Amino acid sequence: MLIAAALSVFLALAVLGVLAGDEMWRHRVIYACCALACAALLIGGLKHLGQTPGTGPAIILPIGLPWMAAHFRLDNLSALFMVIVNLGTLAASVYGIGYCSHLPEPRRVTPFFPLFLFGMNAVLIADDAFMFLVSWEFMSLASWLLVLADHKNPENRSAAMVYLMMAAFGTFCLLTCFGLLAGPDGAYSFPAMRGSLLTPVTGFLVVLLAVLGAGSKAGLVPLHAWLPLAHPAAPSHVSALMSGVMTKVALYGLIRILFDLHGHVSWGWGAALMVIGGITAVLGVLYAILQDDLKKLLAYSTVENIGVAVIGLGLALAFKDSGEKALAALALVAGLYHMINHSIFKTLLFLSAGAVITSTGERDLGKLGGLLKRMPWTGAATLVGAAAISALPPLNGFVSEWLIFQALFKGPSLPHWAMKFGVPVVGAMLALAAALAASCFVRAFGIAFLGRPRSKAAAQAERVPLTMRWTMTVLAVLCIILGAIPVTVTDALSGVVQPLTGVHFAVSADLGWPWLSPVSSTRGSYSGTVLVMTGLTLFVISILLVHRFGTTKVRRADAWDCGHREDIPESQYTGQSFSQPLRRVFCSSLFAARETVEMPEPGDLAPARLTVRVVDPIWRYLYLGIVRVVDVVADQVNRMQFLTVRRYLLMMFATLVFMLLVVAVRQQQ
Amino acid sequence: MPPISQSSYEVAHLIGATVLMAGFQLLYQRRLFAVLNTFAFQALALAAAAAWQAHIQNAPHLYITAGLALVFKAMIVPFALHWLVERLGIHKTVETAMSIGWTMIAGVALVALSILLVLPVTANAAALTRESLALAMSVVLLGLLMMITRHNAVTQVVGFMALENGLILAAVSAKGMPLVVEISIAFSVLVAMTLFGIFFFRIRERFDTLDLQNLETYRGDRQ
Amino acid sequence: MSAILGQIGQIFLVVALAPLITGWVRLVKSRLQGRIGASPLQPYRDIYRLLQKEAVVAHSASWVFRTAPYVTFAAVWLAAAVIPTFTTNLFLAPAADLIALVALLGVARFWTALAGMDVGTAFGGLGASREMMIASLAEPAMLMVSFSLSLISGTTSPAQIIAFILGGGVGIEVSMGLSLAALIMVAIAENGRIPIDNPATHLELTMVHEAMVLEYSGRHLALMEGAGMVRLTLFMALIGGIFAPWGIAVPGANAVGVVVGLAAFLAKCFVLATGLAVFETMIAKMRVFRYAAFLGGALLLGLLATVFLYVSEAV
Repeated sequence: MLIAAALSVFLALAVLGVLAGDEMWRHRVIYACCALACAALLIGGLKHLGQTPGTGPAIILPIGLPWMAAHFRLDNLSALFMVIVNLGTLAASVYGIGYCSHLPEPRRVTPFFPLFLFGMNAVLIADDAFMFLVSWEFMSLASWLLVLADHKNPENRSAAMVYLMMAAFGTFCLLTCFGLLAGPDGAYSFPAMRGSLLTPVTGFLVVLLAVLGAGSKAGLVPLHAWLPLAHPAAPSHVSALMSGVMTKVALYGLIRILFDLHGHVSWGWGAALMVIGGITAVLGVLYAILQDDLKKLLAYSTVENIGVAVIGLGLALAFKDSGEKALAALALVAGLYHMINHSIFKTLLFLSAGAVITSTGERDLGKLGGLLKRMPWTGAATLVGAAAISALPPLNGFVSEWLIFQALFKGPSLPHWAMKFGVPVVGAMLALAAALAASCFVRAFGIAFLGRPRSKAAAQAERVPLTMRWTMTVLAVLCIILGAIPVTVTDALSGVVQPLTGVHFAVSADLGWPWLSPVSSTRGSYSGTVLVMTGLTLFVISILLVHRFGTTKVRRADAWDCGHREDIPESQYTGQSFSQPLRRVFCSSLFAARETVEMPEPGDLAPARLTVRVVDPIWRYLYLGIVRVVDVVADQVNRMQFLTVRRYLLMMFATLVFMLLVVAVRQQQ
Repeated sequence: MPPISQSSYEVAHLIGATVLMAGFQLLYQRRLFAVLNTFAFQALALAAAAAWQAHIQNAPHLYITAGLALVFKAMIVPFALHWLVERLGIHKTVETAMSIGWTMIAGVALVALSILLVLPVTANAAALTRESLALAMSVVLLGLLMMITRHNAVTQVVGFMALENGLILAAVSAKGMPLVVEISIAFSVLVAMTLFGIFFFRIRERFDTLDLQNLETYRGDRQ
Repeated sequence: MSAILGQIGQIFLVVALAPLITGWVRLVKSRLQGRIGASPLQPYRDIYRLLQKEAVVAHSASWVFRTAPYVTFAAVWLAAAVIPTFTTNLFLAPAADLIALVALLGVARFWTALAGMDVGTAFGGLGASREMMIASLAEPAMLMVSFSLSLISGTTSPAQIIAFILGGGVGIEVSMGLSLAALIMVAIAENGRIPIDNPATHLELTMVHEAMVLEYSGRHLALMEGAGMVRLTLFMALIGGIFAPWGIAVPGANAVGVVVGLAAFLAKCFVLATGLAVFETMIAKMRVFRYAAFLGGALLLGLLATVFLYVSEAV
């Protein structure tokens, strides 16, 4: 009831948003109402998260087409994703209260924002293919309109174009996928689909289409191309939702189809997903390291994290098909945990990028610097987010990566040779991605928030409104809490994975709270809680020891810098120079990264220039290749416009005969 | 034949793995002399492997194999190549057709491939044979890899010899390979070495370099 | 109870012993280079001297700069506390396994790199950038070593791995050899030793770790140096513990067992430190862009170690 009310509030707010006009207080009220509705949904999700599997409330509403009622249901998986989604949307809505006045055209954002929230939440509770797809489209189109909010920028327009095409492609795949699942009788409700038996070929196609459809929304390589264009183009609180939350809704779709509706996906698909996840993770983070635009960097890092979560999902599928149910549950818990974590810290980081843009007007790393002193709250919250996304203990990002590693380390017990050899390689890729993510965020935080300001705008940055600061602080605290009490989270997740893997699995079963011990107490364990306490104790002891045996005197002086001291901030390392070693090591063959130096002639006063050229292989060879093929085909088809009437008739006749032949052949069978 | 204990298996594996590691080292080196030294080390490890097999299999003729490997491959061949490089004033860095990093990745992939190939074929064989065969096959493939990813003729010769080391490793671990075969292999290596040496002189006289790229442009069909 | 006592003893042992090991390495190196060298106790005096000096902090530094030494030291210390040195009977042993250990060292590196960038000098950024490049290969290599060790012994916890190996679970395994080689390469990189980094360098352009802590002085520098020494001890305990676990005290050991464990640990550190000094004297430092092949090699060795397990055992 609460949920239905909240969803209708979103629709009403969307209408009010249109009427809001230029009065800023009206926009603020709408965001505040959104926040309330999100809080209601969050509470609803939390309430149903602990329910016994199979007892979720269901409702059938007579909306939609006359003979197709709309089915809704809130099972444990939906409840979990409702919590994930509404944590992010709540944060973004509260943030929006302060942020909306800094937008160039709030009128273009406020009406679509509640619509976007509505779409994402409705996908989660849909219990038939029709409602699922309609809500999915709501989500896609609302976010597309939000990407177009700043439509005067031509870059945003082309980003929106690519996004629209990819969204259409994704929906088309999902539509076909559901069509295959429903079978010839049109059993379009989810309970009916669960019972249907699929032939091997149909089963294969269903998985393929689900991976293409949901994967393109989530940003799996090579379908990620739109993501780093569209996510940064939207206003920052919407970027936060698109990156932190909408990608999770996409993965929800993937889990719903692969684990629930399809039911018995073969291990080969698990292996394939695992490898795709590994490649996505490594490529995503390598792209992120090369970016100078703060929001683009974050968007690429989303690609990486989706890859990490998909490794968990793929492993879970492989384990499930091989009968290792406990391990499947472990891998699925790990993947879900990573999704929760990513939704929190990515939302936090995008909101912080929004704060940086609000106070400096810059999103280019090369023009930032020294912001920690000007914006202490934002800086501290961002530091927590950066550490969490770099998978550093005792924060939440580490726990989920640890769980994924534990699941991967059990991978060679699978009986398939492809898995035995694939798992170590994926393990190496995951480890590489984790380590590179740390480099990426040392770079992002160090260049933007530390050092000396690189531009006037950065030197004069001002604090952002209170609601924005508070939102970021709360999210940062959540990162710490979810890392410090991992067992509480995994226990909550065990109810979610039970119906999907068919086994009740508690990660802490062997040692109890607060120890994570996935397989048994002697097979490796971790405790964030104990680690935090001991770490803090040692931290305090080292302070006490130093102050007991040493002096506490501090002298402020100029930086030493080996005696090279200069006052020009340009002498600092920039984002480009920071990533140069990594670019040389990893990108010279993958992305054909090349550097050229132009030195002016002696006596010439022109500056020397270093140009870096990077080629995105996927964009160049896959997408531009497709464009070329389409061009060629279009040229061919174009000729058909200039045929004679007789030839048109011939074509129609040939088609008719062909169709009749098909019917005849089918009747023979 | 006395029963072979677990620990003698393990030592045999360890020596075999050393030979393989030396194969990887060969790919990693950037200097010609380092390549030759590494090759000498590989031959030394091979001799040790043969000697150990002679010991545990109680097969004295394998000591001869070990001696041949030690004298020819660990001493004469590296010294001769060393002398040739000095004598001909060959450029002392390794010229690569594929970057070192990618070569190493390809190497690991080849090892995985050989394991994948050997395992089903020898499913019933003892662990010793399986592992030795996998090791030997990896060494052979790494030698081939070295031959195709390095330009210089000297590194090609070393790659060829490393390939041979792999064959001998396979031979000594599979019990009962006749001595005659080994001696003939040893001599063929020596002959090949001599031929290569003569070729070096001829190529150098003709082109002033040992970079094989120059040979390609000289093929009749490409005038 | 004995686990808690062992834990407390371990926590203070690693910190007390670390400067001595560093001092010993320095002494052996200077003898090999034909110098007399300082007493192995010199690092204790150095640290005490640094603690007495006032800390100079640049105007442009933020609170990150002043917090980083404490966080770095505490993180490395915590990591060293969970690696068994003289006993495997540690209270904290289940709290962190090898994966968490890698990540704890990552915490230290994260903060050190940020501190290097905080003052806003060219050298700080240079050090941070190179350090992160090295780490981006060394960290995966160490995780691959954990992977193969976990396949061999069925666990990722160092105390359990040691117990497994002591129980005679593994013989002379090819994978163990490969893991050892990879782990040594990682240890060299993580500790900034030759050929990756020169701990004694004063040439700005070749510095990595030193460039990051260039702006530190007084007690902050003492903590950063101390963290480096504890890290070296940690890796010696790890290598010595896993690949030569003999002598280490196990749960249920009596006082004699603990004394034997202590003596064994000291002997292992002595051998490893001497070996490190000899190795560093024999070898020359690499060019920065050669690191990738070296550490990539370590990563591939780790991968190979895993793959080889499939041949020797029916995993």
